Amino acid sequence: MSAAPVKILVVDDEPPIRKLLRMGLTAHGYEVLDAPNGKTALELLIKKPNLVILDLGLPDIDGLELLRRIRLRQEHLPIVILSSRGDEAGKVAALDLGADDYVTKPFGMAELLARMRAALRHELQVHGERPVFHVGELTVDLVRRIVKIGDRDAKLSPKEYDLLRLMVQHAGKVLTHKFLLRELWDEPTDTQYLRVYVRQLRRKIETEPERPEYLLTETGVGYRLRAPD
Amino acid sequence: VVHMGTLMSEFDLDAALRKRPGLILIDELAHSNLPGSRYPKRYLDVEELLNAGIDVYTTVNIQHIESLNDVVAQITQVRVREIVPDAVLDKADAIELVDLTPDDLIQRLKEGKVYLPKQAERALKNYFSPANLTALRELALRRTAEHVDEQLLEQMQARAIPGPWAAGERFLVCVSEDPRSAGLVRHTKRLADRLHAPWIALCIETNRSLHFGETERDRLAATLRLAERLGGEAITIPMKARTIADDIIAFAQKVNVTHIILGKSMRSRWFEILNGSVVHDLVRRSGNISIHVVAGDELQQQNAPSAPGPFDSSGPFDPLPYLWAVLAVAAGLAVGLLVKPHVGIENVDLVLITAIIGVAVRYGLWPSLLASVLASFCYNFFFLPPVYTFTIAEPTNVAAFALFTVVAVIVSNLAARGRKLTVSALERVRSVESLYAFSRKLAGTGTLDDVLWATAFQIASMLKVRVVLLLPENGAIEVKAGYPPEDFLDDADLAAAKWAWEKNRPAGRDSEALPGAKWLFLPMRTGRGAIGILGISRDDPAPLLRPEQRRLLDALTDQGALAIERVNLVEDIDRVQRIAETDRLRSALLTSISHDLRTPLASILGAAGALREFPRALDDKEKADLVTTIIDESERLNRFIANLLDMTKLESGAVIANTAAHDVGEIVGTALRRASKILSGHRVEVNIGADLPLVMIDAILFEQVLFNLLDNAAKYSEPNSTIRIQSWRDQEAVKLQVLDEGGGIPDDDIERIFDKFYRAQKGDQVRAGTGLGLAISRGFVEALHGTIVAANRSDRSGAAFTISLPIPQATLTEETAA
Repeated sequence: MSAAPVKILVVDDEPPIRKLLRMGLTAHGYEVLDAPNGKTALELLIKKPNLVILDLGLPDIDGLELLRRIRLRQEHLPIVILSSRGDEAGKVAALDLGADDYVTKPFGMAELLARMRAALRHELQVHGERPVFHVGELTVDLVRRIVKIGDRDAKLSPKEYDLLRLMVQHAGKVLTHKFLLRELWDEPTDTQYLRVYVRQLRRKIETEPERPEYLLTETGVGYRLRAPD
Repeated sequence: VVHMGTLMSEFDLDAALRKRPGLILIDELAHSNLPGSRYPKRYLDVEELLNAGIDVYTTVNIQHIESLNDVVAQITQVRVREIVPDAVLDKADAIELVDLTPDDLIQRLKEGKVYLPKQAERALKNYFSPANLTALRELALRRTAEHVDEQLLEQMQARAIPGPWAAGERFLVCVSEDPRSAGLVRHTKRLADRLHAPWIALCIETNRSLHFGETERDRLAATLRLAERLGGEAITIPMKARTIADDIIAFAQKVNVTHIILGKSMRSRWFEILNGSVVHDLVRRSGNISIHVVAGDELQQQNAPSAPGPFDSSGPFDPLPYLWAVLAVAAGLAVGLLVKPHVGIENVDLVLITAIIGVAVRYGLWPSLLASVLASFCYNFFFLPPVYTFTIAEPTNVAAFALFTVVAVIVSNLAARGRKLTVSALERVRSVESLYAFSRKLAGTGTLDDVLWATAFQIASMLKVRVVLLLPENGAIEVKAGYPPEDFLDDADLAAAKWAWEKNRPAGRDSEALPGAKWLFLPMRTGRGAIGILGISRDDPAPLLRPEQRRLLDALTDQGALAIERVNLVEDIDRVQRIAETDRLRSALLTSISHDLRTPLASILGAAGALREFPRALDDKEKADLVTTIIDESERLNRFIANLLDMTKLESGAVIANTAAHDVGEIVGTALRRASKILSGHRVEVNIGADLPLVMIDAILFEQVLFNLLDNAAKYSEPNSTIRIQSWRDQEAVKLQVLDEGGGIPDDDIERIFDKFYRAQKGDQVRAGTGLGLAISRGFVEALHGTIVAANRSDRSGAAFTISLPIPQATLTEETAA
């Protein structure tokens, strides 16, 4: 990682939120650019931010439209969405349009920082996967295709392994049902099958499958694997 | 307006209404409008103008006044067809008599000032003879005097000047199917008007009325309608006493009648001796009631409307019954010839009589008469000696032949009449039965749509017409049901329906207003007023309804109207209850908001204020505590607002369950994660059955349900107690239970615990919370087609909430197949 501070573009029309984010992010060593509307946000892309925090409800441009335009200009720029509760459809649409993750208002700073870290990590990881993944008791060796809980080997079916590998590659990030289905199955498949595989996988890697620690459900959106410690 | 190839001009009502003058002058009130006009009569135009607030000055000739119609016809020997009802005249604020001596009028006619010369000549010859004119002039003077008299009376009443008042006189006119009855009604109207007395037209239904043909029924109905139009009351009662006179007197005494008017009997002396005379009976028993016997006027008869073609019940001539009559006689003859050697000639006639009775019962009067005649000839020809001639040898056989003929005719008459009675009785029974069935069907229907449909269907099938039902909606009248259902109305029909609704009067086809429409629209009325419009139509151009069909329609419409009103009333009651409920909720919401929003806000403001105002006075731990308070209370506020939002969504019906097959266990996991902070003080045990089938639920809604239940469990049980979540399969459902170890639910509250803003009391202390969580849970579970019940645990103290979700049918089918 270079020594230059990571630049974050905050797009939100509420001044208190912008102020709060500026304070919080600066305190964590980020450099903050902020935009009260879509137009300014597009202009600020010139300054090459490393990540965008985007509120979907903007006064001038529809949030999803702005997301599309940002993606057109910078394909790999990580984007974290700020959404309001109850707008699951908007959230999913944004993720499908290429947003990396989301936090729901009202949110805690810690949560937002975790999402940002996951999104930024993925951006760095594109160039080389980590061969061995650790989180809690779970170890996944992507080279040797070995999954362990503590010292115990977990026997996964090929499909279960594919699912876990995909989750590991995007650890800490939410993956939508649509994305997972597209990556794991060649033909169109019902979400129901995905749920069945998740249930089976949890029984093999979680201590308490009903209260999962690693493979978490994002209700109405998809799944998230806990980020590595 | 083009009429019969000639361009004729007609008064433009709509233009007059548009211009809205203060006063309009209209000549010839009695004028009949050309076909295609909105109303058939000009006086209806005038009524519309008056209703629109426009004053009208108009002229009318004396011979056009309805109640004077008979008198005028008697005087002039011409029946005037253009009639203005007396009610229109009575409405006039002032009547000015345009008087002229007959000689002057004749002079004016001759000078061509009234009609064109040719017409004038004809008019002079036929109508305006000096004698006629003098009589008409007298009528006009008298009618005006009556009106002036009324005005005087009104003024006296207005100034409370004592008497001479109409001394409680009340007239009763007895009407029947007799064509002279209409004249009696008019006569009564004039008499009653002079005394300012109310009057009633009474018709008594006797056994005879059952045999009326269509002509008689039409005429009777027309007479009764005339009475109503002239301002009387028309009443029909069935005959109860031994004689008609008894019934009339009984009725007259019941309603305090002082004068009874009836027509001079046209019956023969013999008839009166045999059956008694109504007039004599009445006079004998009337006591202090005056009896007026009025000569009917003969003119009525020639003017009595003949039954219009399509109503003729006889229909086209059908030769088949006559053929059967001949065959029956032939068969009787054959049997007679066969049995004659064994039973003797005196019994053969019985065989023939049997054949005649058979024909009479089966085919009615005329075929049976034919059979009687044929049979008498056969009897003579084949059986009475000398046989095979039409001559009769023995004098006793002449008597036998004569007797046979008489018996045959009488028997065929009686049998045919019996048959007719049976048929009409059957028809009546059938229509009464279907009316009864209809009312039962209506009583059983709950929704407005069902009632409308049943009504439309019943009317359509009983009267063989097309039916639409229109009900008011947002001020306008709209088609709500129809049979056949695909019927729709064009603009002209809709305008007629609208008119009928606004004026509460029939409109459209066969009626006075807007007769150009294809449909007839009738207001459906109940005691509380008009509730809708019934439209009927049929493809053939004949008049829509016969009088008895009209009676049936009235009965059906009344029942339909009552049923619609009943449904509307139930809806009204529901609405009122809902409004009361909403009011109660609104006040509960206000209390809740003022308390539940302010409490956390006060904590947040207090803590933040302390941190800003005196940070130095606080040590690090105290500062951390205050920050925790701010965060915790903010989260509580957030939950409260989320609850309010959910509730609003449920109330407005905006909750759309986005169901998919889900694993209950997975959603338990997410709910526990979301509630982890709330549950941090409690132990949580989870026990989800292995291999539970997936259920169709909306993950977001269901997670909220579980979250609310967990929140509730945490709130109502002590810290460090255990909250259990268990799920298992119970036949065709998946059950999920949340159990706590708190004090449980007071028995009285178990039913109310899911009510909005309801919070179980513990002592006098109300737990912090919105009182919405459980109400939302129930709303959501029900939106997912599941159920939720509250109970107390049987193993120990504590509450148990059990959710039951149906297993999808597809899963059950698969299981059975496997």
